[in-house]
Amino acid sequence: MALISTRHIKEAVYDMCKNSNYNLPADVSEAMLAASRQEKSSLGKQVLAQLVENSHLAREQNIALCQDTGMIVVFLEIGQEVSLTGQAIEEAINEGVRSAYQDSFFRNSIVHDPLIRDNTNDNTPAVVHYKIVPGDTVKIVVSPKGFGSENMSALRMLKPSQGLDGVKAFVLETISTAGGNPCPPMIIGVGIGGTMEKVALLAKEALMRPINQDHILPHVASLEHELLAEINKLGIGPQGFGGSVSALGVNIEVYPTHIAGLPVAVNVSCHVTRHQQRILAPKNGGDLL
Amino acid sequence: MELFPPLMAIESLECGDEVRFQGVVYTARDAAHKRLVKLLEQGEELPFPAKGAVIYYVGPCPAKPGEIVGSAGPTTSSRMDDLTLPLLEAGIKGMIGKGERSEKVITGIKKHKAVYFAALGGAGALLARCIKHMELIAYPELGPEAVYKLEVVDFPAIVAIDARGRSIYQEGRKQYQAGGMLHG
Repeated sequence: MALISTRHIKEAVYDMCKNSNYNLPADVSEAMLAASRQEKSSLGKQVLAQLVENSHLAREQNIALCQDTGMIVVFLEIGQEVSLTGQAIEEAINEGVRSAYQDSFFRNSIVHDPLIRDNTNDNTPAVVHYKIVPGDTVKIVVSPKGFGSENMSALRMLKPSQGLDGVKAFVLETISTAGGNPCPPMIIGVGIGGTMEKVALLAKEALMRPINQDHILPHVASLEHELLAEINKLGIGPQGFGGSVSALGVNIEVYPTHIAGLPVAVNVSCHVTRHQQRILAPKNGGDLL
Repeated sequence: MELFPPLMAIESLECGDEVRFQGVVYTARDAAHKRLVKLLEQGEELPFPAKGAVIYYVGPCPAKPGEIVGSAGPTTSSRMDDLTLPLLEAGIKGMIGKGERSEKVITGIKKHKAVYFAALGGAGALLARCIKHMELIAYPELGPEAVYKLEVVDFPAIVAIDARGRSIYQEGRKQYQAGGMLHG
Protein backbone atom coordinates (compact mmCIF):
# COMPACT_ATOMS: atom_id res chain seq x y z
CA MET A 1 0.00 0.00 0.00
CA ALA A 2 1.13 3.54 -0.74
CA LEU A 3 0.51 6.39 1.67
CA ILE A 4 0.01 9.84 0.21
CA SER A 5 -0.65 12.80 2.47
CA THR A 6 -3.47 15.13 1.50
CA ARG A 7 -1.06 17.94 2.36
CA HIS A 8 0.72 17.18 -0.92
CA ILE A 9 -2.59 17.28 -2.75
CA LYS A 10 -3.35 20.65 -1.16
CA GLU A 11 0.03 22.01 -2.26
CA ALA A 12 -0.43 20.69 -5.78
CA VAL A 13 -3.91 22.26 -6.01
CA TYR A 14 -2.46 25.56 -4.73
CA ASP A 15 0.28 25.61 -7.37
CA MET A 16 -2.00 24.59 -10.20
CA CYS A 17 -4.68 27.19 -9.31
CA LYS A 18 -2.01 29.89 -9.54
CA ASN A 19 -0.17 28.62 -12.60
CA SER A 20 -3.25 27.86 -14.66
CA ASN A 21 -4.57 31.40 -14.27
CA TYR A 22 -1.26 32.88 -15.51
CA ASN A 23 -0.19 30.38 -18.16
CA LEU A 24 -2.20 29.31 -21.16
CA PRO A 25 -1.58 25.60 -21.91
CA ALA A 26 0.91 25.03 -24.76
CA ASP A 27 -1.68 23.41 -27.04
CA VAL A 28 -4.00 26.43 -26.75
CA SER A 29 -1.13 28.93 -27.27
CA GLU A 30 -0.04 27.10 -30.42
CA ALA A 31 -3.59 26.95 -31.72
CA MET A 32 -4.03 30.70 -31.15
CA LEU A 33 -0.89 31.45 -33.15
CA ALA A 34 -2.01 29.16 -35.97
CA ALA A 35 -5.47 30.78 -35.88
CA SER A 36 -4.00 34.27 -36.21
CA ARG A 37 -2.31 33.12 -39.43
CA GLN A 38 -5.41 31.36 -40.82
CA GLU A 39 -8.06 33.95 -39.94
CA LYS A 40 -9.50 35.65 -43.04
CA SER A 41 -11.01 38.72 -41.39
CA SER A 42 -8.52 41.52 -40.76
CA LEU A 43 -10.37 42.59 -37.59
CA GLY A 44 -10.35 38.95 -36.50
CA LYS A 45 -6.59 38.74 -37.11
CA GLN A 46 -6.09 41.88 -35.05
CA VAL A 47 -8.23 40.47 -32.22
CA LEU A 48 -6.26 37.22 -32.19
CA ALA A 49 -2.96 39.11 -32.09
CA GLN A 50 -4.18 41.07 -29.06
CA LEU A 51 -5.32 37.89 -27.32
CA VAL A 52 -1.88 36.37 -27.89
CA GLU A 53 -0.34 39.54 -26.47
CA ASN A 54 -2.66 39.23 -23.46
CA SER A 55 -1.40 35.71 -22.79
CA HIS A 56 2.23 36.85 -22.96
CA LEU A 57 1.53 39.71 -20.57
CA ALA A 58 -0.25 37.38 -18.14
CA ARG A 59 2.64 34.91 -18.19
CA GLU A 60 5.42 37.48 -17.86
CA GLN A 61 3.84 39.71 -15.23
CA ASN A 62 1.72 37.22 -13.29
CA ILE A 63 -1.59 38.87 -14.11
CA ALA A 64 -4.65 36.64 -14.41
CA LEU A 65 -5.30 35.85 -18.11
CA CYS A 66 -8.96 36.71 -17.56
CA GLN A 67 -10.68 38.47 -14.67
CA ASP A 68 -13.03 35.48 -14.52
CA THR A 69 -10.62 33.28 -12.62
CA GLY A 70 -13.40 30.74 -12.64
CA MET A 71 -14.88 28.02 -10.53
CA ILE A 72 -12.24 25.41 -9.79
CA VAL A 73 -12.98 21.98 -11.18
CA VAL A 74 -10.76 19.16 -9.89
CA PHE A 75 -10.47 15.67 -11.33
CA LEU A 76 -8.81 13.22 -8.95
CA GLU A 77 -7.77 9.78 -10.10
CA ILE A 78 -6.81 7.85 -7.02
CA GLY A 79 -4.93 4.58 -7.39
CA GLN A 80 -6.69 1.82 -5.49
CA GLU A 81 -3.45 0.93 -3.73
CA VAL A 82 -3.23 4.43 -2.26
CA SER A 83 -4.31 5.34 1.22
CA LEU A 84 -4.75 9.07 1.76
CA THR A 85 -3.49 10.36 5.09
CA GLY A 86 -3.97 13.60 7.00
CA GLN A 87 -6.70 16.19 6.55
CA ALA A 88 -9.98 15.23 4.86
CA ILE A 89 -9.40 15.28 1.10
CA GLU A 90 -12.07 17.80 0.16
CA GLU A 91 -11.02 20.18 2.95
CA ALA A 92 -7.42 19.95 1.75
CA ILE A 93 -8.44 20.74 -1.84
CA ASN A 94 -10.53 23.73 -0.76
CA GLU A 95 -7.71 25.03 1.42
CA GLY A 96 -5.40 24.88 -1.58
CA VAL A 97 -7.92 26.84 -3.66
CA ARG A 98 -8.57 29.39 -0.90
CA SER A 99 -4.87 30.17 -0.29
CA ALA A 100 -4.07 30.37 -4.01
CA TYR A 101 -6.90 32.84 -4.67
CA GLN A 102 -6.05 34.98 -1.65
CA ASP A 103 -2.30 35.04 -2.29
CA SER A 104 -2.70 35.77 -6.00
CA PHE A 105 -5.48 38.39 -5.72
CA PHE A 106 -7.71 36.39 -8.04
CA ARG A 107 -11.40 37.24 -8.16
CA ASN A 108 -13.73 35.42 -5.82
CA SER A 109 -16.54 34.29 -8.08
CA ILE A 110 -18.39 31.68 -6.03
CA VAL A 111 -21.74 32.23 -4.30
CA HIS A 112 -22.59 29.92 -1.41
CA ASP A 113 -26.24 29.41 -2.23
CA PRO A 114 -27.33 29.53 -5.88
CA LEU A 115 -30.62 31.23 -4.93
CA ILE A 116 -29.54 33.54 -2.10
CA ARG A 117 -26.26 34.30 -3.95
CA ASP A 118 -23.97 35.28 -1.08
CA ASN A 119 -20.27 35.31 -2.12
CA THR A 120 -18.12 32.85 -0.16
CA ASN A 121 -15.26 35.38 -0.52
CA ASP A 122 -12.59 32.74 -0.98
CA ASN A 123 -13.59 31.12 -4.29
CA THR A 124 -14.44 27.83 -2.58
CA PRO A 125 -15.82 25.25 -2.78
CA ALA A 126 -14.29 23.57 -5.81
CA VAL A 127 -16.25 21.01 -7.82
CA VAL A 128 -14.40 17.72 -7.28
CA HIS A 129 -14.77 14.53 -9.34
CA TYR A 130 -13.21 11.34 -7.99
CA LYS A 131 -12.26 8.22 -9.87
CA ILE A 132 -10.71 5.10 -8.37
CA VAL A 133 -8.23 3.54 -10.79
CA PRO A 134 -5.62 0.76 -10.64
CA GLY A 135 -2.19 1.76 -9.36
CA ASP A 136 -0.43 3.54 -6.52
CA THR A 137 -0.46 7.17 -7.70
CA VAL A 138 -2.83 10.11 -7.47
CA LYS A 139 -3.44 12.16 -10.62
CA ILE A 140 -4.79 15.65 -10.06
CA VAL A 141 -6.22 17.84 -12.79
CA VAL A 142 -7.12 21.42 -11.88
CA SER A 143 -9.16 23.59 -14.21
CA PRO A 144 -10.52 27.07 -13.42
CA LYS A 145 -13.73 27.29 -15.50
CA GLY A 146 -15.06 30.67 -16.57
CA PHE A 147 -18.80 31.10 -16.77
CA GLY A 148 -19.11 33.30 -19.85
CA SER A 149 -18.58 30.10 -21.79
CA GLU A 150 -19.98 27.65 -19.22
CA ASN A 151 -23.35 29.42 -19.54
CA MET A 152 -23.47 28.61 -23.26
CA SER A 153 -23.25 24.84 -22.66
CA ALA A 154 -26.18 22.50 -23.27
CA LEU A 155 -27.32 18.92 -22.86
CA ARG A 156 -29.94 17.00 -24.81
CA MET A 157 -31.27 13.47 -24.62
CA LEU A 158 -31.55 12.53 -28.31
CA LYS A 159 -33.46 9.57 -29.71
CA PRO A 160 -31.25 6.77 -31.04
CA SER A 161 -32.98 7.21 -34.42
CA GLN A 162 -31.51 10.73 -34.64
CA GLY A 163 -28.08 9.09 -34.74
CA LEU A 164 -24.89 10.74 -35.88
CA ASP A 165 -26.72 13.47 -37.84
CA GLY A 166 -28.71 14.38 -34.75
CA VAL A 167 -25.52 14.66 -32.70
CA LYS A 168 -23.90 16.95 -35.27
CA ALA A 169 -27.01 19.13 -35.57
CA PHE A 170 -27.26 19.56 -31.79
CA VAL A 171 -23.60 20.52 -31.42
CA LEU A 172 -23.82 23.04 -34.28
CA GLU A 173 -27.09 24.49 -33.00
CA THR A 174 -25.54 24.96 -29.53
CA ILE A 175 -22.46 26.72 -30.90
CA SER A 176 -24.48 28.84 -33.31
CA THR A 177 -26.71 30.03 -30.44
CA ALA A 178 -23.65 30.74 -28.29
CA GLY A 179 -22.31 33.01 -31.06
CA GLY A 180 -20.03 35.74 -29.80
CA ASN A 181 -20.92 35.29 -26.12
CA PRO A 182 -18.40 32.68 -24.92
CA CYS A 183 -15.29 34.63 -26.08
CA PRO A 184 -14.52 32.85 -29.34
CA PRO A 185 -12.37 31.28 -30.63
CA MET A 186 -13.92 28.55 -28.51
CA ILE A 187 -12.82 25.10 -27.44
CA ILE A 188 -15.65 22.60 -27.43
CA GLY A 189 -15.96 19.52 -25.21
CA VAL A 190 -18.59 17.03 -26.31
CA GLY A 191 -19.87 14.02 -24.38
CA ILE A 192 -21.83 11.28 -26.14
CA GLY A 193 -23.45 8.34 -24.36
CA GLY A 194 -23.83 7.18 -20.76
CA THR A 195 -26.65 8.63 -18.71
CA MET A 196 -27.75 12.23 -18.15
CA GLU A 197 -25.11 13.03 -15.50
CA LYS A 198 -22.41 10.89 -17.12
CA VAL A 199 -22.64 12.68 -20.46
CA ALA A 200 -22.14 16.09 -18.80
CA LEU A 201 -19.03 14.79 -17.07
CA LEU A 202 -17.71 13.35 -20.36
CA ALA A 203 -18.05 16.77 -21.98
CA LYS A 204 -16.05 18.38 -19.17
CA GLU A 205 -13.42 15.61 -19.32
CA ALA A 206 -13.13 16.20 -23.06
CA LEU A 207 -12.03 19.79 -22.33
CA MET A 208 -9.12 18.49 -20.23
CA ARG A 209 -7.48 16.77 -23.22
CA PRO A 210 -5.00 18.85 -25.27
CA ILE A 211 -6.71 19.99 -28.48
CA ASN A 212 -3.83 18.76 -30.63
CA GLN A 213 -4.52 15.20 -29.50
CA ASP A 214 -7.18 13.21 -31.36
CA HIS A 215 -9.52 10.72 -29.75
CA ILE A 216 -8.09 7.22 -29.80
CA LEU A 217 -11.06 5.80 -31.79
CA PRO A 218 -10.78 6.72 -35.49
CA HIS A 219 -14.53 7.35 -36.03
CA VAL A 220 -14.64 9.66 -33.00
CA ALA A 221 -11.47 11.48 -34.11
CA SER A 222 -12.97 12.00 -37.56
CA LEU A 223 -16.14 13.43 -35.97
CA GLU A 224 -13.93 15.84 -33.97
CA HIS A 225 -12.37 17.11 -37.19
CA GLU A 226 -15.67 17.29 -39.05
CA LEU A 227 -17.38 19.27 -36.27
CA LEU A 228 -14.45 21.69 -36.01
CA ALA A 229 -14.66 22.37 -39.75
CA GLU A 230 -18.45 22.81 -39.57
CA ILE A 231 -18.21 25.18 -36.58
CA ASN A 232 -15.69 27.30 -38.45
CA LYS A 233 -18.18 27.61 -41.33
CA LEU A 234 -20.65 29.36 -39.02
CA GLY A 235 -18.80 32.66 -39.51
CA ILE A 236 -18.85 33.65 -35.81
CA GLY A 237 -15.15 34.51 -35.83
CA PRO A 238 -12.87 35.82 -33.07
CA GLN A 239 -15.01 37.59 -30.41
CA GLY A 240 -18.06 37.06 -32.63
CA PHE A 241 -17.09 39.92 -34.96
CA GLY A 242 -17.24 37.59 -37.97
CA GLY A 243 -14.45 35.44 -39.31
CA SER A 244 -13.21 32.04 -40.34
CA VAL A 245 -11.89 30.88 -36.94
CA SER A 246 -14.73 30.35 -34.46
CA ALA A 247 -13.24 27.37 -32.62
CA LEU A 248 -9.71 26.11 -31.99
CA GLY A 249 -10.64 22.54 -31.25
CA VAL A 250 -13.39 19.99 -30.64
CA ASN A 251 -12.73 17.13 -28.24
CA ILE A 252 -15.20 14.28 -27.83
CA GLU A 253 -15.50 11.59 -25.18
CA VAL A 254 -17.85 8.63 -25.55
CA TYR A 255 -19.30 6.00 -23.22
CA PRO A 256 -21.68 3.03 -23.64
CA THR A 257 -25.33 3.97 -23.32
CA HIS A 258 -28.83 2.47 -23.12
CA ILE A 259 -30.64 0.97 -26.14
CA ALA A 260 -33.29 3.70 -25.73
CA GLY A 261 -30.98 6.67 -25.49
CA LEU A 262 -28.42 8.94 -27.14
CA PRO A 263 -27.37 11.56 -24.59
CA VAL A 264 -25.25 14.45 -25.91
CA ALA A 265 -23.64 17.23 -23.88
CA VAL A 266 -21.76 20.25 -25.23
CA ASN A 267 -19.47 22.02 -22.79
CA VAL A 268 -18.36 25.32 -24.27
CA SER A 269 -15.04 26.85 -23.30
CA CYS A 270 -13.28 30.05 -24.36
CA HIS A 271 -9.85 30.85 -25.80
CA VAL A 272 -8.68 30.95 -22.16
CA THR A 273 -9.18 27.23 -21.58
CA ARG A 274 -7.06 26.57 -18.50
CA HIS A 275 -6.00 23.26 -17.05
CA GLN A 276 -2.96 21.71 -15.45
CA GLN A 277 -2.21 18.25 -14.14
CA ARG A 278 0.19 16.61 -11.76
CA ILE A 279 0.80 13.02 -10.69
CA LEU A 280 1.73 12.30 -7.09
CA ALA A 281 3.61 9.04 -6.66
CA PRO A 282 4.61 7.66 -3.28
CA LYS A 283 8.17 8.83 -3.94
CA ASN A 284 7.23 12.46 -4.58
CA GLY A 285 4.06 12.86 -2.63
CA GLY A 286 3.93 10.23 0.05
CA ASP A 287 5.65 7.23 1.57
CA LEU A 288 5.62 3.65 0.39
CA LEU A 289 4.40 1.36 3.13
CA MET B 1 -11.37 57.54 -32.96
CA GLU B 2 -11.02 58.85 -29.41
CA LEU B 3 -14.04 59.15 -27.15
CA PHE B 4 -14.16 61.34 -24.05
CA PRO B 5 -17.09 60.44 -21.76
CA PRO B 6 -19.63 61.75 -20.94
CA LEU B 7 -20.67 61.02 -24.52
CA MET B 8 -22.77 63.55 -26.41
CA ALA B 9 -23.57 63.15 -30.09
CA ILE B 10 -22.31 59.73 -31.11
CA GLU B 11 -24.61 59.04 -34.06
CA SER B 12 -21.67 59.27 -36.43
CA LEU B 13 -20.08 56.14 -34.93
CA GLU B 14 -20.59 53.12 -37.13
CA CYS B 15 -20.67 49.43 -36.36
CA GLY B 16 -17.14 48.09 -36.74
CA ASP B 17 -15.38 51.39 -35.91
CA GLU B 18 -12.41 51.11 -33.59
CA VAL B 19 -12.46 53.55 -30.68
CA ARG B 20 -10.31 54.40 -27.67
CA PHE B 21 -11.86 55.68 -24.48
CA GLN B 22 -10.14 58.48 -22.59
CA GLY B 23 -11.61 59.42 -19.22
CA VAL B 24 -14.28 58.09 -16.90
CA VAL B 25 -16.34 54.91 -17.23
CA TYR B 26 -18.39 53.28 -14.45
CA THR B 27 -18.41 49.56 -13.71
CA ALA B 28 -21.64 47.65 -13.15
CA ARG B 29 -22.54 44.03 -13.75
CA ASP B 30 -25.32 41.64 -12.67
CA ALA B 31 -25.93 42.47 -9.00
CA ALA B 32 -25.19 46.20 -9.37
CA HIS B 33 -27.63 46.44 -12.30
CA LYS B 34 -30.42 45.06 -10.13
CA ARG B 35 -29.74 47.75 -7.54
CA LEU B 36 -29.35 50.60 -10.03
CA VAL B 37 -32.64 49.74 -11.72
CA LYS B 38 -34.36 49.54 -8.34
CA LEU B 39 -33.10 53.04 -7.52
CA LEU B 40 -34.55 54.37 -10.76
CA GLU B 41 -37.88 52.62 -10.13
CA GLN B 42 -38.06 54.33 -6.74
CA GLY B 43 -37.49 57.67 -8.46
CA GLU B 44 -34.00 58.09 -7.02
CA GLU B 45 -30.79 59.21 -8.69
CA LEU B 46 -28.01 56.87 -9.78
CA PRO B 47 -24.82 57.00 -7.66
CA PHE B 48 -23.03 58.67 -10.63
CA PRO B 49 -24.07 61.31 -13.20
CA ALA B 50 -26.16 59.37 -15.72
CA LYS B 51 -26.23 61.86 -18.58
CA GLY B 52 -23.90 60.59 -21.31
CA ALA B 53 -22.27 58.10 -18.95
CA VAL B 54 -20.53 54.94 -20.11
CA ILE B 55 -21.05 51.69 -18.19
CA TYR B 56 -18.43 48.96 -18.39
CA TYR B 57 -19.71 45.46 -17.65
CA VAL B 58 -16.79 44.16 -15.60
CA GLY B 59 -16.00 42.49 -12.30
CA PRO B 60 -12.24 42.94 -12.00
CA CYS B 61 -9.76 40.89 -10.04
CA PRO B 62 -8.63 42.74 -6.90
CA ALA B 63 -5.49 44.89 -7.14
CA LYS B 64 -2.23 43.46 -5.88
CA PRO B 65 -0.48 45.71 -3.35
CA GLY B 66 0.81 48.83 -5.12
CA GLU B 67 -1.26 48.22 -8.23
CA ILE B 68 -4.46 49.90 -9.46
CA VAL B 69 -6.53 46.89 -10.47
CA GLY B 70 -6.19 43.23 -11.37
CA SER B 71 -7.29 41.56 -14.60
CA ALA B 72 -10.28 43.55 -15.92
CA GLY B 73 -11.89 42.37 -19.17
CA PRO B 74 -15.58 42.58 -20.13
CA THR B 75 -18.24 40.12 -19.02
CA THR B 76 -21.13 38.76 -21.14
CA SER B 77 -23.51 41.66 -21.79
CA SER B 78 -26.66 39.66 -22.50
CA ARG B 79 -27.08 38.98 -18.78
CA MET B 80 -27.76 42.70 -18.39
CA ASP B 81 -30.28 42.83 -21.27
CA ASP B 82 -33.40 42.79 -19.08
CA LEU B 83 -32.01 45.61 -16.92
CA THR B 84 -30.66 47.88 -19.65
CA LEU B 85 -33.66 49.93 -20.83
CA PRO B 86 -34.21 51.87 -17.56
CA LEU B 87 -30.54 52.90 -17.62
CA LEU B 88 -30.80 54.10 -21.23
CA GLU B 89 -33.89 56.09 -20.25
CA ALA B 90 -31.90 57.64 -17.40
CA GLY B 91 -29.37 58.97 -19.92
CA ILE B 92 -26.66 56.32 -20.23
CA LYS B 93 -25.11 56.67 -23.70
CA GLY B 94 -22.53 53.93 -23.85
CA MET B 95 -22.16 50.35 -22.70
CA ILE B 96 -18.97 48.30 -22.92
CA GLY B 97 -19.18 44.53 -22.74
CA LYS B 98 -18.90 41.44 -24.90
CA GLY B 99 -21.32 39.40 -26.95
CA GLU B 100 -24.71 39.92 -28.52
CA ARG B 101 -27.66 41.98 -27.20
CA SER B 102 -31.39 41.27 -27.33
CA GLU B 103 -33.74 42.84 -29.87
CA LYS B 104 -35.26 44.86 -27.02
CA VAL B 105 -31.88 46.36 -26.16
CA ILE B 106 -31.14 47.11 -29.84
CA THR B 107 -34.49 48.92 -30.09
CA GLY B 108 -33.60 50.89 -26.93
CA ILE B 109 -30.18 51.77 -28.35
CA LYS B 110 -31.83 53.18 -31.49
CA LYS B 111 -34.48 55.09 -29.54
CA HIS B 112 -31.97 56.71 -27.18
CA LYS B 113 -29.21 57.14 -29.77
CA ALA B 114 -26.81 55.19 -27.59
CA VAL B 115 -23.96 52.88 -28.61
CA TYR B 116 -22.90 49.43 -27.46
CA PHE B 117 -19.16 48.79 -27.55
CA ALA B 118 -17.35 45.45 -27.43
CA ALA B 119 -14.08 45.15 -25.57
CA LEU B 120 -11.85 42.11 -25.91
CA GLY B 121 -13.27 39.23 -23.89
CA GLY B 122 -10.56 37.22 -22.19
CA ALA B 123 -7.97 39.99 -22.48
CA GLY B 124 -8.21 41.09 -18.86
CA ALA B 125 -4.46 41.48 -18.39
CA LEU B 126 -4.14 43.71 -21.46
CA LEU B 127 -7.16 45.88 -20.63
CA ALA B 128 -6.13 46.37 -16.98
CA ARG B 129 -3.13 48.35 -18.24
CA CYS B 130 -5.50 51.02 -19.61
CA ILE B 131 -7.05 51.65 -16.18
CA LYS B 132 -5.17 54.44 -14.42
CA HIS B 133 -7.40 55.08 -11.43
CA MET B 134 -10.15 53.17 -9.64
CA GLU B 135 -12.52 54.51 -7.00
CA LEU B 136 -15.36 52.75 -5.21
CA ILE B 137 -18.68 54.55 -5.82
CA ALA B 138 -21.37 52.24 -4.45
CA TYR B 139 -22.23 48.83 -2.99
CA PRO B 140 -18.88 47.77 -1.46
CA GLU B 141 -20.61 44.67 -0.09
CA LEU B 142 -20.89 43.36 -3.66
CA GLY B 143 -17.11 42.88 -3.84
CA PRO B 144 -16.13 42.39 -7.50
CA GLU B 145 -19.66 43.43 -8.48
CA ALA B 146 -19.53 46.84 -6.74
CA VAL B 147 -19.79 50.05 -8.77
CA TYR B 148 -16.39 51.65 -9.43
CA LYS B 149 -15.40 54.83 -11.20
CA LEU B 150 -12.55 54.00 -13.57
CA GLU B 151 -10.28 56.47 -15.29
CA VAL B 152 -9.02 54.93 -18.49
CA VAL B 153 -6.45 55.90 -21.08
CA ASP B 154 -6.46 54.45 -24.59
CA PHE B 155 -9.00 51.79 -23.61
CA PRO B 156 -9.71 49.96 -26.90
CA ALA B 157 -13.16 48.89 -28.04
CA ILE B 158 -15.16 48.23 -31.21
CA VAL B 159 -18.53 49.77 -32.01
CA ALA B 160 -20.61 46.58 -31.80
CA ILE B 161 -24.11 48.09 -32.14
CA ASP B 162 -24.38 51.63 -33.44
CA ALA B 163 -27.12 54.20 -32.82
CA ARG B 164 -28.94 52.99 -35.94
CA GLY B 165 -29.06 49.47 -34.53
CA ARG B 166 -26.56 47.88 -36.87
CA SER B 167 -24.79 44.98 -35.12
CA ILE B 168 -21.32 43.67 -35.87
CA TYR B 169 -22.40 40.28 -34.57
CA GLN B 170 -25.08 39.98 -37.25
CA GLU B 171 -23.19 41.63 -40.10
CA GLY B 172 -19.78 40.08 -39.40
CA ARG B 173 -21.22 36.61 -39.20
CA LYS B 174 -23.20 36.94 -42.42
CA GLN B 175 -20.06 38.01 -44.22
CA TYR B 176 -18.06 34.94 -43.19
CA GLN B 177 -20.74 32.23 -43.18
CA ALA B 178 -19.55 29.51 -45.51
CA GLY B 179 -22.53 27.26 -46.06
CA GLY B 180 -22.02 24.00 -44.22
CA MET B 181 -24.46 21.66 -42.51
CA LEU B 182 -26.37 24.30 -40.56
CA HIS B 183 -26.64 26.96 -43.27
CA GLY B 184 -26.07 24.86 -46.38
